[in-house]
Amino acid sequence: MSNVILHAEGLNKSFGAVTAAANINVEVQQGSVLGLIGTNGAGKTTFVNMITGYLKPDSGKVIFGGRDITRLAPREITKLGICRSFQIPQLYNSMTALENLEVSYGIVSLMENNGSLFTKTNAPIPSYGKTIRLLAEEALEKFGLTQYRDKTARVLPGGVRKLLDIAMAMSVRPKILLLDEPTSGVSAEEKFDIMDMVMKAVRQGNTTVMFVEHDMDIVSRHAERVLAFYSGEIIADEAPEIALRDPRVIKYIVGENHSPAHQGEH
Amino acid sequence: MNFDKSIVRLAIVFIGILLLSGFIPQWAMFMLTIACANGMAVLGLMLFLRAGLVSFGQALFFCTGAYAAGLLALKFDITEMTVLIIVSGIASGFMAYILGFLLAKYRGIFFGLLSLAFSMILYGLLVKTEALGSTDGFNVPAVTIFGWLPDLSVVRVAVLGMAFLIILLSVSFVNMLLKSPRGLLLTAIRDNEIRAEYMGASAQKTIHLFYVISGVLAGLGGAIAAVAVGHIDPTMSFWTTSGEMIFIAILGGTGSVIAPFIGALVFGIIHTIAFSYSPNTWQMVIGLSLIFVILLLPNGLWSLREKFGKRKS
Repeated sequence: MSNVILHAEGLNKSFGAVTAAANINVEVQQGSVLGLIGTNGAGKTTFVNMITGYLKPDSGKVIFGGRDITRLAPREITKLGICRSFQIPQLYNSMTALENLEVSYGIVSLMENNGSLFTKTNAPIPSYGKTIRLLAEEALEKFGLTQYRDKTARVLPGGVRKLLDIAMAMSVRPKILLLDEPTSGVSAEEKFDIMDMVMKAVRQGNTTVMFVEHDMDIVSRHAERVLAFYSGEIIADEAPEIALRDPRVIKYIVGENHSPAHQGEH
Repeated sequence: MNFDKSIVRLAIVFIGILLLSGFIPQWAMFMLTIACANGMAVLGLMLFLRAGLVSFGQALFFCTGAYAAGLLALKFDITEMTVLIIVSGIASGFMAYILGFLLAKYRGIFFGLLSLAFSMILYGLLVKTEALGSTDGFNVPAVTIFGWLPDLSVVRVAVLGMAFLIILLSVSFVNMLLKSPRGLLLTAIRDNEIRAEYMGASAQKTIHLFYVISGVLAGLGGAIAAVAVGHIDPTMSFWTTSGEMIFIAILGGTGSVIAPFIGALVFGIIHTIAFSYSPNTWQMVIGLSLIFVILLLPNGLWSLREKFGKRKS
């Protein structure tokens, strides 16, 4: 395929005797949606961390848009267009939901004004043509968070924190968005609503999405392609209907009890 | 410039003080000027408190500013206060810029102690430098203000007027800065530095930038103190001076750019009264008042205003 946006080449990473990534080779097409599955410690988050610059691989390369980003700092990678959300939402806890987003858009504004000290809060951000406040309000609305606008982040419920975390990541309009377990810690009823809302909001800009997820129903509902991790290796890289029927995936990840027949029902 | 209501009120208070200066005793005028000088240094300290950092070495820049002004007047015969102030700001800002490359990498106790270490190095150097008067320091010649050499009877008012002008310009600038995206980022770094980095912001660059601004503010304060007292010595860089600044910052609170000046004034009053009643145990009074503030007003005196304002509305 020609429109490869991200290319991981032979990534290896070990923590002492534990192999977290063993020769990971992945090509990601622009605009695609990838689900990353695997048991705890299988190497999903290590993979995400190596792409976003939190961890440097022992060997191998990460190529993004034709550029080697393997050794770049997280903020440099964000500037190039890869942003992430976190398994445990990373918010500015003393600030309100609105302020959390204002800080995020404020950073965008600073970046576009070359970090000028005189960047104004009420001046439009060049690439958006809108003010920080307006963009923050719009983001709250898009993610259904308007009612939490003036609530301090510290007191927000789990699902709302997840959404706010993702809304913040979207403020930089990433080319690739990595979501680390967007529905973990969220009640079963809320899971689907949250993921539907996220995917709707995120996909408007044709953003490439890679999400780590344990709920196979959500994976088959949203992912176009599944990367199944086991023991630091990718044991399946297929469309969900194929990957989730793979004997090794069933044995190591999905479990025998999870009937493949259920996939795609939601 | 951002003409916040509270800054306009501050300007009105300043004009009122200057108009009534004939009725204010000289010692009170002096205390006010020193409060202005300390308040400037504490304004710089407040920026760090917003980022969750405590500098135990703010006196370094206070002292640098004072010595820059004093040396310029003494050795180069430049006695124009506006020039002394500007040069002090540049000198302390430059010092902060250089040290900032190292300090901006550290957080928490390391940031605090490194800043303390640098201020004590300066103290040690000054104490050992005979040419600068060693522990005695030296006298700063009388200054002119916009070319005018004020008479002894009005010099206090003139210097205080200059201090007010510098404060108004500084608080307007800092207020604008704190409301700008860069200022918001400062609080964001305190809350979650890693997140801010993952959003594309450089925490180190932001802290370095505010370190320089903080240094400039303290330097301006030092220059005001040097001119007002007419004498400078190495204790301006001693750790107890930094300690007093932290005390003032806690006393005033971080709720507003005006809070450091209220804190500095109240500190001046407590200090003056305590010293006049018990010259040997005034530190005990200062200590007790610190305990009082931490227990009853953990967000400083400024929080009183917020509480009072809310009740009224």
